[in-house]
Amino acid sequence: MKRIIALLVACLLVIAVELLCSWTGTLYYLTQMTMSAYYSLLIIGLCVVMGYAGQISLGHAGFFAIGGYLSAALTTRNLLLFHDSLLVRGLDFAGLLVTGKDIYGGALVVVTPWAACLFAVLVAATIAFLIGIPVLKLKGHYLAMATLGFGIIIYRLALASSYFGGADGISAVRPFPLCPGLSVSGGPSTRVENYYIAWGLVLLGVILLRNLINSRIGRALRAIHGSEEAAESMGVDTARYKLYIFVLSAVLAAIAGVFLTHYNGGIGPSEASVMKSVRYVAIVAVGGMAHLWGALTMSIVLNFLSLRGVFGTYDDAIFGTILILIMLFAPEGILRINVGQKLLSLGGVFKKGGRKD
Amino acid sequence: MLRIRNLEAGYGKLKVLKHISMHVDAGEIVTIIGANGAGKTTLLSTIAGLVKAASGEIAFKGKDLRTLAASSIPALGCVMVPEGRQVFASMSVEENLLLGGHVVRNQGKQVLEELLGHQYDLFPILRERKGQLAGTLSGGEQQMLAMARALMARPSLVMMDEPSTGLAPLIVKGIFEVIVRLRDEGNTVLLVEQNAKAALAIADRGYVLETGKVIVQGPAQDLLGNRDVQRAYLGREKIEV
Repeated sequence: MKRIIALLVACLLVIAVELLCSWTGTLYYLTQMTMSAYYSLLIIGLCVVMGYAGQISLGHAGFFAIGGYLSAALTTRNLLLFHDSLLVRGLDFAGLLVTGKDIYGGALVVVTPWAACLFAVLVAATIAFLIGIPVLKLKGHYLAMATLGFGIIIYRLALASSYFGGADGISAVRPFPLCPGLSVSGGPSTRVENYYIAWGLVLLGVILLRNLINSRIGRALRAIHGSEEAAESMGVDTARYKLYIFVLSAVLAAIAGVFLTHYNGGIGPSEASVMKSVRYVAIVAVGGMAHLWGALTMSIVLNFLSLRGVFGTYDDAIFGTILILIMLFAPEGILRINVGQKLLSLGGVFKKGGRKD
Repeated sequence: MLRIRNLEAGYGKLKVLKHISMHVDAGEIVTIIGANGAGKTTLLSTIAGLVKAASGEIAFKGKDLRTLAASSIPALGCVMVPEGRQVFASMSVEENLLLGGHVVRNQGKQVLEELLGHQYDLFPILRERKGQLAGTLSGGEQQMLAMARALMARPSLVMMDEPSTGLAPLIVKGIFEVIVRLRDEGNTVLLVEQNAKAALAIADRGYVLETGKVIVQGPAQDLLGNRDVQRAYLGREKIEV
């Protein structure tokens, strides 16, 4: 019951924001709200990995980028030159290609957005699966370092490859038609519907993850967080469950990447950068680790402020600072902070040089 | 039920267990006693698959446990109650129990409900506290929870690692009474204890472990009367000599 109420409140808030914006004539805010929603989809997935299963990933921007880049490349890179190859013919035969005109009026043959999206997400899932098997055997900082390494590889690949546009990234990505009359695309005319598409997706993600956390799988994940050995001796196949949730969160990240790329009409290497991963970790920490709604709330607030440019050029510095402050003063997350008590102990922290427990 | 032959195990180059042979038959309480560092916990961990055996064999109901992953052993009916309880502190009592029932997950909700009811009958205090976080229970209650959690898997062999650690004598008495009751209900228990006197008092047979070797074994009553055992582990040197 409590879960349904929370979900209803969230739905009402989503609608309220839209109504408020259209009433005050500030509909342009919805663009940033939509983008925040897609980042939030990634963050709630990461929240379950970090807060519930107790694993850390500094490579989630990598999965986001895999989704975004692949979908962008497949729907913009012209396949006309290869139209004789077996692969392209096969794709054509399966009805997965569309033809159009590029900006110079030349013929253009590209993959349909649906197929590109599915392929991109599938690739992200496969990569998460393959690197997850060895990497999730690591713990603590070792796991952080391994996932960090993965993130750096993806970033450098995006930056180095001309297929992915190098430092420029890929632009002029077409809209993603979900169904007739509804497509993921930027621009003022489709702003409101895209706002609801994004939030529908996020709330779907929340429902999925909430059910997961409260199921047998969720119990197993929380047990792994408590003590991996104890969970093993209860018959929980810890390696499998860790891999499962890691792949699931990578899929959510990739979906977020695909949608945001089509919404923005492009993607650049900064989306794959390590600072993005650090930012996601910081947001999950601010939200209180094992706190799905907390992570979601803080994700919207911080992403929105960041996208509005409130932090200016100090954007990354602000997120680094947030991570330090949270670890020092509110390791339970900002929503569980006891302000009065913290203020009292503030002096103590500097005198004693850190938290004792 | 459990048959161990020439078992060697340890951590890295350090061999903790040296050629251990022992067996547990269905329906008995077997206790392993010994001082700190004798290898009691290592022995249980090796059976449970958490420590890999270097050589020797561990047969449980005819199956070789050495080749299995730790997480697949409980499904065979061999479950451990770990040392220091290790309940999942941030989960409720009932969630802990349901987690213990992880291996019977495919047998339907009704089986799980029945098992839950059975544990609550065995440990009524857990029923009262079922919504409470396990970390907020007292030491004795946590021990009961750890035992109940293991029993949720419907094990044929329960291995308990020092259930009396850090508990008041009166609580220990209660815990040991439950162990006897488990045996009387047809369960098999392998009990590792430092509290040798209490363990031997309820056990059918016992093994005395010293620096990784079994030095004495036999019926519990005999061990209680054995002079070496008394001197080394029961603290009777001054009285007897």
